[in-house]
Amino acid sequence: MQTVNSFTLNDKANKAMGISKEDAVLTKSYIFVAFAALLLGGILGLVQGLNRSGLLELPSWLNYYQVLTAHGLLLVVVLTAFFTIGYFYASLSHTLGGLLPKVRKIAWIGFGMKIVGFVLCVVPILMNEASVMYTFYPPMAAHPAFYIGLVFIALGVWMCCIGAFINVANWRKNNKGLHVPILAYFATGVFILLFFALIPVAIEVLTIIPWAFGWVKTINVMVARTLFWAFGHTLVNIWYLTAVSAWYVVVPKIIGGKRWSDTLTRVVIIALVIMNITGGFHHQIIDPGIAEAVKFMHVFMSLAIGFPSLMTAFAMFAVFERTARKQGGKGLIGWYKKMPWGDVRFLAPFIAMVAFIPAGAGGIAQSTNQLDQVVHNTMWIVGHFHLTLGMSVVMTFFGISYWLVPYISKRVLTPQINKLGVIQTWIWTVGMIFMAGAMHWVGLLGSPRRTSYTTYGDNATALSWDPYLMCLAVGGTLLIIGVILQVYAVINMMFFAPKGETVFPIAEEEEDAAKTPYWTERWGLWIVVMLLVVAMAYVIPITEFIVNAPPGSPPFKTW
Amino acid sequence: MKMHLDEKIWLTLSFGIIMIFMFITGYQAFALDMAPPSNKEIIDPQKVDQSAPFDQPGVKQIGENEYEVVMTLQVFSFNPGNFEIPAGSTVHFTLTSKDVVHGFEIAGTNVNAMVMPGHIQKITQKFDKPGTYLVLCNEYCGAGHQAMSTTITVK
Repeated sequence: MQTVNSFTLNDKANKAMGISKEDAVLTKSYIFVAFAALLLGGILGLVQGLNRSGLLELPSWLNYYQVLTAHGLLLVVVLTAFFTIGYFYASLSHTLGGLLPKVRKIAWIGFGMKIVGFVLCVVPILMNEASVMYTFYPPMAAHPAFYIGLVFIALGVWMCCIGAFINVANWRKNNKGLHVPILAYFATGVFILLFFALIPVAIEVLTIIPWAFGWVKTINVMVARTLFWAFGHTLVNIWYLTAVSAWYVVVPKIIGGKRWSDTLTRVVIIALVIMNITGGFHHQIIDPGIAEAVKFMHVFMSLAIGFPSLMTAFAMFAVFERTARKQGGKGLIGWYKKMPWGDVRFLAPFIAMVAFIPAGAGGIAQSTNQLDQVVHNTMWIVGHFHLTLGMSVVMTFFGISYWLVPYISKRVLTPQINKLGVIQTWIWTVGMIFMAGAMHWVGLLGSPRRTSYTTYGDNATALSWDPYLMCLAVGGTLLIIGVILQVYAVINMMFFAPKGETVFPIAEEEEDAAKTPYWTERWGLWIVVMLLVVAMAYVIPITEFIVNAPPGSPPFKTW
Repeated sequence: MKMHLDEKIWLTLSFGIIMIFMFITGYQAFALDMAPPSNKEIIDPQKVDQSAPFDQPGVKQIGENEYEVVMTLQVFSFNPGNFEIPAGSTVHFTLTSKDVVHGFEIAGTNVNAMVMPGHIQKITQKFDKPGTYLVLCNEYCGAGHQAMSTTITVK
C-alpha cells in the first residue's frame, strides 16, 4: 500500500512539475541524435535526388551507392529508432511517475551501444567498404565492422526494450488490477515488436559475420534475405505504431476533444503486434524458391495488417467530427472549419494521417502477388516509403516535436516557432507530393530504384523517364528546405525558446466510456498468439530454404 | 465491447473489401495463371557455366512462335544480350545469377523477377508489339548497376 501511495504522489508531483531532470536529459539526447540524423540524411537525400535526375555529377571520391547506403541508414534506422525510444521513454516517465533509476541507466547503456554501433557502421561506409544498402543482401559482403556495428545497434535497442519492460512491470506490480496508462501501453506494444523483430535479423547478422571474415566459405542467400525482411517490415510498422500512438492519444487533446474508445484502441495495438512480423514476406513475392500457395497465404497475412489501420482511420475521423461538432461545427463536412488549422501540433499529424490513405492503399496494392510484380524494385516502392515513412510517420514525429521538445527542455512553443512549423509543414507536404508522386509514376513506367543517373546508352524508354526525375529533384529541393526549418525549430525549442512549463498532452476518455476489459492486459497471451502466427508464416518456407538449399554463395565485393 | 453501428458497418465493409481483393488475387493467380515467378529449381552458384542448361546460354526456338531464352546474369551484364525475336512470339526465360542478387525487368511489360544465386528463376512473356524493349537489372548489384541493361528487339 505504501508503495502505491508513494507512486500516486510521485505521479502527481510529476504531472504538476513536469519531467524530472534526469529523464528529460535522456529523452533530449535521443531526440537530438534523431534530428541530427535528419539533417545529415536529408542533405545526402538531396545529393542523391540531384544526381538521379542528372543535375549533379558526384565527385570521384563519392559514390552514389555510398550516399544511398548512408541516407538509408541515417533516416530509416537512426532517425526513427532514436525518436521512437526518446518519445516513448518520455511517455513512460510521464505516465508511470518517472523512470526507475536502473531503467534510466539501461537506456543510457543502450544509447552508448547504439552510438558505438553506428560509428562502426559509418566508418566502413565512408571508406566505401560497405556500399551494400541498409538491406545488405548477401552474397554482397561489406567489411565485417559494418555487421559488428549492426550487432551493437541491435543490442542497444534490446537494452531499451528491456528497460521499458522493467518499468512497466514495476508499475503493474504496484498498481495491481489497474490498466497500464494508454501511452505506456503503446510503448509496451512497440517495444515487444522491436524485441521480437530484432531476433531474426540478429540471427542473420551472426551468420554473416563469420562468412564476412572468411571463416565460413558460403552462405544461404534465401535464408538471410527472409530473416532480414521478417525484421525489415516489422520495423516499418514499429514507426507506424509510434505515430499512431500520437494520433489516438495526443491529437484529440490538442484539438480539445476526447480519446476514442479505450478498448478499441488497445485492440488495435494488440492486432498490430500480433500480425506484424509476418508481413515481411511480401517483399519476396517475385523471389524464386517459394511456392505460389505460400505466397498467396502471405498476401492474406499482409493484407490483414490493413484491418487495424482501417479501424484507426474510422476512429480518427470520428474523433475529429465529434470534437468539431461539440465546438459548434455544422453540416455534413462543414465541421472541418472548427479544426485548429493554425496549430502545427495538429496540422502536421493531420496531414500525416491524410497521407496514409494513399500510402496505405499503395501498400495494399504492392503487397499483392501480381500487382507487386508490376512495381517491384521500381521507383514506385521508393515513392511508397517516402509517403509512409516520409509523410505519415515523420510528419507525425515533427508534430510531436513541437510539444515534446519544449516539454523536456522546460521551455515553451512560441507563436513564431508555431508559425514556422506551419510553413515547414506545407513546404514538406508540397515537396513530398512532388517527389513521392513523381517516384510512383516513373516507377509504374519501369524506372528502377537504387540506380544512379543512367540513360542505358541513350535508350528511348529510359530517356522518357527524365521529366519525372526532374520533378523528383524539385521535390527533393523543397524537402531540404523543410529539413533545415525543422532542425532549426527543434534546436530553438531545445536551447533558446523562453523558459516555461509545457504540458504533455494526453486526452481523457469520454465521461460515459465503458470500462475496458482486463484481458487487454494479458501480454503473455498476445505474445504467444504472435509467435504462433509467426510460426505459421515462416516455419514452412524457412524449412524449405534450408532442406532444399542449393550450395551456398561466397562473398562478393562488387562496388 | 461497445461499438457504434456506423463503425460496425465500416469494419464489415473493410473486411469485405479485403476478402474480395483476396478472391480476385487468388483467381488471377491460380485460374488465370498470373501468379508471380516462383520457380523452385536450384543450381550450384559457383558452377553455373558447367551446369545445364546454363552451359549453353542463348535463344532457342522450341516451337512455332515459341522461344526459350537461357540467360545468366552477372555483374554487370545479361548473357545473351541484344537479341531479336519475331513479333507474336511467346518467350520462356530461364534465368540464374553467377554472383550477387540481380533483378530481371523488361520495361513496359510485367516481366519482373528476382534472380538469386543458387536458384533458377523462370518467367514467360508474349511479345505482340514490335519495338525495342529495355531489359534492366532492378536490384542494386554493385558499382556498375546503372549500366546493367540490354535490349530485346521484336520485329
